[in-house]
Amino acid sequence: MSDTKMLEQIERYLNGEMSLEERAQFEQLRKENAVIDSQVVEHQAFVGLLKHYGERLDLETRLNAIHDEIDVNTLKEELMVHPSWIVSMWRHHHSKISVAASIAIFAMLSTLFFTGKFNNKDSKYLELRDKIGSLQTSTARINATNNRILNNINKSDKPKPVINPGNFRGTGFALTSNGYIVTNYHVIKGADSLYVQNVNGDSYHAKVVYSEPEHDIAVLEINDSEFKNLGAVPYNFKKSKSDLGEDVYTIGYPSDAIAFGPGFLTSAAGFNGDTTAYEVSIAARPGNSGGPLLDSKGNLIGIISGKQTQYESSAYAIKSNYLLKAIQDIPSDSLKRKLSLNTKNKTKSSLAGLSRTQQLAKLQKYIFMVKVY
Amino acid sequence: MNKHLNSSTPTDSEVILGILNNSETVLKKLYLAYFPMVLQLIINNNGSADDAKDIYQEAIIVLYNKVKAGNFELSSKLKTYIYSVSRRLWLKRLTQMSRYGGDIKDFQEYAPVEEDEAEAHSDRDIQFSKMENALKLLGEPCKTIMEDFYIHNRSMQEICERFGYTNADNAKTQKYKCLQRLKKLFFQQD
Repeated sequence: MSDTKMLEQIERYLNGEMSLEERAQFEQLRKENAVIDSQVVEHQAFVGLLKHYGERLDLETRLNAIHDEIDVNTLKEELMVHPSWIVSMWRHHHSKISVAASIAIFAMLSTLFFTGKFNNKDSKYLELRDKIGSLQTSTARINATNNRILNNINKSDKPKPVINPGNFRGTGFALTSNGYIVTNYHVIKGADSLYVQNVNGDSYHAKVVYSEPEHDIAVLEINDSEFKNLGAVPYNFKKSKSDLGEDVYTIGYPSDAIAFGPGFLTSAAGFNGDTTAYEVSIAARPGNSGGPLLDSKGNLIGIISGKQTQYESSAYAIKSNYLLKAIQDIPSDSLKRKLSLNTKNKTKSSLAGLSRTQQLAKLQKYIFMVKVY
Repeated sequence: MNKHLNSSTPTDSEVILGILNNSETVLKKLYLAYFPMVLQLIINNNGSADDAKDIYQEAIIVLYNKVKAGNFELSSKLKTYIYSVSRRLWLKRLTQMSRYGGDIKDFQEYAPVEEDEAEAHSDRDIQFSKMENALKLLGEPCKTIMEDFYIHNRSMQEICERFGYTNADNAKTQKYKCLQRLKKLFFQQD
C-alpha cells in the first residue's frame, strides 16, 4: 500500500500539484533518501516513454493515412530507371534466383510447420482448451494448428452427436457462491460471447470481468437472471505451497460429460522451469484447461492450464497463489457483487475427511463448462 | 523527375514551423513532396515500394523528433537532409539483409549523416516495442486505463465515467496498481 502512496506522491510532485510546503518537504526527503530519488527519476523517464510511445503510434497512423492517398504503383512505374537493366539482370539470373528462393521458402515453411511454430507458441506446451463441433467439418477444412488436428483424429473414431455448438470449450470453477468463476485466459481469448454450463446442462451467460494474460488467468461473472446462488463453495483456496508427491486430482469437461482425473504433484516448477506453475502427473485432455487442481483434503492448489506434448501425462497447473494475487488486483468497481474467498487455513474445507466419491459428488455443481463463441 | 512535385512543395521553414505546431496540412505536404524522391532511391536499389514506405516514414519520424526536441539545425536543404537520412537507413537495412553490393545508385546530392542519429532512433524503437509488449501482457482493464491516463491525457474523472467506476479513490488506487504491474512487465524483458 505504501508503494502506491509513494507513487502518488511522486506523481503529484512531478506534476507540480504540491503546495510549497509539501514540495520543500518532499525535496528534502529526496535529497536524504537515494532510493526515493532514483524512484522519482525512473518514474519520470517511464511516464515520458509511455507518452512518447503513444505519440509515435499516433504519428505512424497519421503517416499511414497520408501514404494511403498516394498512388504508389503509378509513381513506381514513372520512377523506375533503366528498366532494361533490371530486365536483363532478371533474364540472366531468374532461374537461379527462383530455384534458390523456392528451396528457401519450402525449407522454411516445412521447418516451421513441423516444429509447430505456426501455433505461435512453444510446441511442447499444449493449451488444453478444446475445439468443438469440428468433428464433422475437420475433413473438409484444413486446420493450420496440428494440435487441434490430432485432437480431432483421436476423437473421430467414436463420433457422437454434438450437443454443444460452441467454438471452444474449457473448464471453469466457482470462486464464490454468487457467480464468480475462474478459468484460463487462453480459453476465453478472442471470445465474442461466453456461456457457462453446469453439471445439469443449464447454461448461463457470463462476461469477463478481469484478465491477466501473463499468468493465463481470467475471472468471469455470471450475469444471467436464471442463475441461483450455489451455496457455500466447499473448497479452500490454499495460500501456501503444496508438497511434492501429494495426491491431487482435477475435474473438468474434456468431453460433454464431467470427468475426474487423478494424479500426483510431481514438481514445484512448470513448463521450462516456470515457477508460477506446478507440474502434475495427470492425464489431462483438451477441455481440462481452467479446471481446478485439488488436493486430498479438498484444498484448491492450482488451475490446470496445459500439458507437455512430448511425455505422457505431464500437465501443468498455475499455482493458487497467483490466482489469489490476480483476485486482489481486480478493480473493486468492476465487481457488482462481493468476491471474497475462503482462504483461512484454520477452517477446514468441508471436503476434508470425505471419501473421494463423496468429495466429487459435492464438487460437481461448482465446476462449469466454459463455452466460447 | 520533379515536375509533379514543384507545385506543392512547402518551404523548409514552413515545414519546421508546421511540425512544431502539429499542423496536419504541413505534415501531409511534406510527406507528399518528398516521397517520390525516396521511392526512386529505394526501388532502384534493390528495394520494394513497401521498403520505401518504411524507410521514408522512419526518416520523417527522425526529422519530426529532432525538430520537436528543439535541436534541429538545418545545415543543408531539408530535401537533402531527408534524402541523406533515408539513404543511410536504407544502406543499413541492405547490409543487415546482406543485399548490399557495395554500390548504391544515387539520384540526389547528399550530406553525411551523423552515426548516432540513426542509432538513437533504433534504441528508441527497442524501448517502444518493449512497451508495446508490456501493454499487451497487462490485460484489461489495466491497458485501457494506462493508455487513457498517460497517453491520451484523460482525467481520472473521465476514466471513472468510462468504466462506470463510482469511487474516484478506488480508481486512483487501481491506476497505481496497474502502473506498477506495467513497470514490472516492462523491466522484466531483456
